[in-house]
Formats: sequence, C-alpha cells, structure tokens
Amino acid sequence: MSAADFVDVGLAALVLAVAAFTILARNTYAAVVAFVAYGLLVSLRWVQLRAVDVALTEAAIGSGLTGVLLLTAAARLRERAGEGEEDARPCSPTTRLVAAVVAITVTVGLAAAVIGLPDPAPTVAPLAAAALPDTGLGNAVTATLIAYRATDTLLEKVVLVLALLGLWSLAAEDVWRGRPGLKQRADPDGVLAYFARRLVPVGVLIGLYVFWVGADHPGGAFQGATIVAAMWLLAMMAGLADTPPVAERRIRLVLAGGALVFFAVGLAGLALGDAFLAYPVAHAKAIIIAIEVAMTVTVAATLAYLVAGTPERPA
Amino acid sequence: MNPAGGATLFGIAGAVLVGLGVYGLIVSGQPLRKLLALNVIGTGAFLLFGTVARRGAAAGLAADPVPQALVITGIVVAFAATALAAAIMLRLARVAGSADLDDAPADEATGSDVGGRRE
Repeated sequence: MSAADFVDVGLAALVLAVAAFTILARNTYAAVVAFVAYGLLVSLRWVQLRAVDVALTEAAIGSGLTGVLLLTAAARLRERAGEGEEDARPCSPTTRLVAAVVAITVTVGLAAAVIGLPDPAPTVAPLAAAALPDTGLGNAVTATLIAYRATDTLLEKVVLVLALLGLWSLAAEDVWRGRPGLKQRADPDGVLAYFARRLVPVGVLIGLYVFWVGADHPGGAFQGATIVAAMWLLAMMAGLADTPPVAERRIRLVLAGGALVFFAVGLAGLALGDAFLAYPVAHAKAIIIAIEVAMTVTVAATLAYLVAGTPERPA
Repeated sequence: MNPAGGATLFGIAGAVLVGLGVYGLIVSGQPLRKLLALNVIGTGAFLLFGTVARRGAAAGLAADPVPQALVITGIVVAFAATALAAAIMLRLARVAGSADLDDAPADEATGSDVGGRRE
C-alpha cells in the first residue's frame, strides 16, 4: 500500500466517521459543527477525484455557507426551545430497525450499481475537449456550465430567485419589505470587527480572482461569487454594514439581473443564431464573460440574502 | 491503485454516505437534524457523480466535465433548498413555539410553548 493509497483510505474513513457523528450526535449544535468539518473533508475527497472546481464549490457553499446558515438556525432554535429540551424524544427501537434496514438496502443497491458500472466508462470528455477552442475557454467544467449545458445553469439561476422568493414570502405582515434576519450586534472595537475590516478587502479580491481565473483554471462564477457573498456576510455580522431592505429596487434588479442577462443572450441566440443560447463562435468568449460577470454579481447577492434569511425588521 | 479501481472505492463510500443520511432522515425527530441528514445524502449522491466523472477521464481531462458541472449546479440548488427549509423551520418555531415534528398532541408534547405563540 503506497502512501497515496493510505491517505485515500484514511480520508475515506474519516469522512464516514464524521458523517456518522453528524447523524448520530445527541447534541444538535455539535452535529452542525461536525457537518461543517464534514463538508471540508468532502471537498478534499473532490480534490482526490481530480475535480478541483467541485472541491472549491463544496468547500465554499456546501461547507461554508450551509454551515453559517445551519449554525444560525440551530442557535435560534435553541434560544427558543431553551437548553435541555433541544433534542426530540428518541424514536422507538422498531423505527430504528426499519430505518437501518432501509438505509442498508439503499447502500447495497447503490454500491452494486457502482460496482456494475460499465467498463470502459462512457464519457463525453473527448467531445468537451474538442469543442473547447470554440468557446475561448481553457477550463472544460466552466465551458460545460456556461456553454454546453448553459440551459441548466440558466434554470439554476431561476431556482435561486424562486428560493429567495419563498424565503421572503415567510415574512410577517408588517416587515415583509424590511431587512432580513436579526440586527447583528458586535463590538466595533472587537476582534470580529477588526477581522472583518482586514479580511473583507482581501477576500473580495480573492473572490474576483477565483471568478476570473475560472476561464482557464479551476474556479469560476459560482466559486468566486460565494467567496464575495461570504465577505459581505462577514461585514454584516461584524456590524460594519447592514443588509439593505428587500424592497429596494436596485437590490431586486441585482438579484434578477443574472437570469435576465442569461435569458436575453438566449433569446438573441434564437433570433440571430441557430438555437436558444447559441453563441456565435467569433464572439463566444466576450458573451461568456458578459454572462459570467452578471452571474457572479447576482449569485453573490442571492447567496448572501439566502443566508441572511426572511425579512424580520422594518426597513 | 488504478484510477477506475480508486474511483469505485469513492463510489462505495458515497453509497454508504447516502445510507447514513437515509437512516438519519428517518430516525431524527428534529427538522434541523433531518435537514443535515438530507445534506449528507446530497454529498453522497454527488460523490457518486464524482465516481462516474473520474471513470470518464479521457482526452487529457482528469475527469469527465459534464458530471462535474452537474454537481456544481446541484450543490448550489441544494444550498437554495436548505436555506428555504431552514427559513420554514424558523417560521414554524415562531408560529408554533417549537419546530418539533412529534405526532403527539401539541398541548401534551410542548405544553407551555403553545401559550407563548407570538402571532
């Protein structure tokens, strides 16, 4: 067994152990903290799978933003329920047995499917690589997201907007035009505020870099936008800035902008070119960058608002 | 370990993660725990995609880019769903006094909490 295999197996065991802790821990808060660690370990697994773009996304969104979101939710639920009664009554042994049987069945079924995967594996990698010069990009994953399967990405933008609408619809009657979440209180001379003032400029720069470099190397609009969103959230949590009220027109324009630009490009492709979202090869790179810029801004704002939550304070 | 063999191990680990998540989804009584379990299922399913992607390494690419792109889209959508679910949970807690999903009658299970409803 080589050192690399050892790392492989060790990391796999660690991921499974942390996942088991997340599921089985008695304390909900501990389970959420374990989930954040789990997300980071999973992103290392993605590096091992040579899918660095996915690793960045998992670390930033799957672990980071989801972690902030769930930690906030756990803290607020605990505050409401009070210590001690946070854990629901344990379910009956019969339920546990049935759950174990169902879980094992699912696992065995999936494992059998994995073992039975065809060999040699079907792949569209050669097609993706062959069309890369036409897109002007060097990163096949970015090309897939923005060009080959652009419709998926467009619809995903729509899903983000719909999720945000759902979130906002949960607001109470008197504050539905207001600011999301609770007012953050932080000592302006404290560590958090200091940290936010130092980190946010650097973080935004890193986010923009990750977005820009995504054309040819691992990175891209989602990953970059998530880092920018995280920096905005940090500034808000440190009390350096407040979330603008959701009724503000410019905010709504930013939130819808990504999908709108994408749609406009799609319709232009239909009118001038061959199909919805068809890019003329000569201008492909410029169009892709325009879409990505709009998308980065929109995704960053949408993710931040999704974490910030339902409007709870008057504007 | 050849790439395909290594990838198969990743796939089996993904299958186990999905199983763990399914178990948690059924046995946990708290919606937040169910949400965590759902996210564990999600990462397990994504790793299955990763297995397929890695096995499809060809043409100088270390992995098939299409499953990778699907997973990136999937992670973002899973996050949006998680955010919506968390918001619904907080709203439920605010309206009902508790986000518990117990079947027991509310006055028996949560007692005074019902009296504390805000709206």
